[in-house]
Amino acid sequence: MLMTPGGTRRADPGRPLRIARALLSSQYALMLEYRAEIALWALSGVLPLIMLGVWQGSGAGLAAGLTPEQLGRYFLAAFVVRQFTVVWLIHVFEEDALQGKLSPQLLQPLHPLWRHLAAHLAEQATRVPFVLVMLALVGLWQPAMLPLPGPGRLLLALLAIVAAFCLRFILQSILTMACFWSERAAALDRLLLIPYLFLSGLVAPLATFPPAVRRLAEATPFPSMVAFPAALLAGEPVAVLAGFARLAAWCLLLLPIALLLWRLGIRRYSAMGA
Amino acid sequence: MRRVVRIVRRFWGTALAAELEYQANALVELLAVLGNLAGSLFVLSLLYGHGRDLGGWSWEAALVVLGLYTLLDGITSCVLQPNLSRIVGHVQNGSLDFVLLKPIDSQLHLSARYISPWGLPGVLAGLVLSGWGLVRSLPQGLGQQPQAVVTWLIGPLAIGLVLLLAAAAILYSLWFVLASLSIWFVKVWNATEVLRSVLVAGRYPISAYPPALRLVFTFVLPVAFLTTVPAQALIGEGSWPWALGSLLMALACLAGTRLFWQFALQHYTSASS
Repeated sequence: MLMTPGGTRRADPGRPLRIARALLSSQYALMLEYRAEIALWALSGVLPLIMLGVWQGSGAGLAAGLTPEQLGRYFLAAFVVRQFTVVWLIHVFEEDALQGKLSPQLLQPLHPLWRHLAAHLAEQATRVPFVLVMLALVGLWQPAMLPLPGPGRLLLALLAIVAAFCLRFILQSILTMACFWSERAAALDRLLLIPYLFLSGLVAPLATFPPAVRRLAEATPFPSMVAFPAALLAGEPVAVLAGFARLAAWCLLLLPIALLLWRLGIRRYSAMGA
Repeated sequence: MRRVVRIVRRFWGTALAAELEYQANALVELLAVLGNLAGSLFVLSLLYGHGRDLGGWSWEAALVVLGLYTLLDGITSCVLQPNLSRIVGHVQNGSLDFVLLKPIDSQLHLSARYISPWGLPGVLAGLVLSGWGLVRSLPQGLGQQPQAVVTWLIGPLAIGLVLLLAAAAILYSLWFVLASLSIWFVKVWNATEVLRSVLVAGRYPISAYPPALRLVFTFVLPVAFLTTVPAQALIGEGSWPWALGSLLMALACLAGTRLFWQFALQHYTSASS
């Protein structure tokens, strides 16, 4: 039987909190064990910094009205956003579903996705020191590029990063449910990665896009995942309310789809294989 | 030598048979390659808009660079990734023992046991793109005479292909050394992921980067030798110092991996090491 936390036992209001604390602290301990691996994962997110090098060497940024400092701040901010919005759910879940590890999780009175969510959050906490070190290195090298927003902006940016992570998590959950139908569903993540790479603002600021492509990109959820939080963090002028509204709208639109697919998929689950 | 060829053919035959079980993957992989290529071309067009160039490279020449990157990335997916990402698992589970016990060179077994057809779309797309860029970047007035085109292309093509082989050798060495680090650190399978994400820098000519990064991409992580140098040779603007440097680098890398693997094996203490 599946139960959502706190959904069935109304008598105990502290239960969700206790579960969250237990999950997060155990997952954090687990992630600390693998901190060397996580440092490598953090390193593998250097793409925005490489793109910064390319954009700085080209006149294309100036042509779009972006000074080298603005480019630097934007790409550094995009780097930070990417670090704290990484989602690998589909790869872990595929293994769990194939090897039957999902079965014991289903027996617990807790939706298995909560456990994965806690793992992601714990992994982000483990990343913090590495990201700070990398930012400090860049700051020593080119101080003008360090994004230093005011406290209010910083708070908004953090909120946007958390929201962007939720959106990515929900979007990948939808794909993850394909694990119930296929043995190699993780390959689908490669397809999802493509629009994410090129439309989110990770490799090029949206301001440099031709107007038509920019409108197309903004009709997808992807710019909300990088461009919006990065612009907030870099201290660029940005429509704050509209950006958050868009993030919330995409989350609210996609979440029911993910939950519905979960219900359909779990009926097909046969404890081993797909 | 003939024995090696026979073994590798048997290896690849079985690996292909296993991979072809998952035919839907072909579609996913094709879409992924095309999508990545379209995205890369889009970003390149952003950088080139309004008559700008990138580090002194023309649009057509930059296409050759992007094509070679796609080609090498396809080769990585075909041969390097399926084999070398397994070394980590071998060390972790202790199954490296079985590899070492076989009467065949362990480096060969680890490097050529598997092959995956899913990199082929990348190889093909890379060949088409670099070929197209190459034809477009021919000197003007040459296009009308097929004879002249052939005589003009033959030199650059020969040098370019040799340099491309050198690039593949360097790429293999980078992967192999990183993967064999698992003898000491066990869980390094994402170290190769780091490598792959940094090699993305090879999508653009090396002169597009700021001077400090150029040094890094030449001497620390030889991205320059992977795409820029062969592309330069292909469009007929190669320089002998770079070509020789590339060949020396490739030879040093291959010899280095051999020595490194022997050194690593001395530290191998079987499972749970």
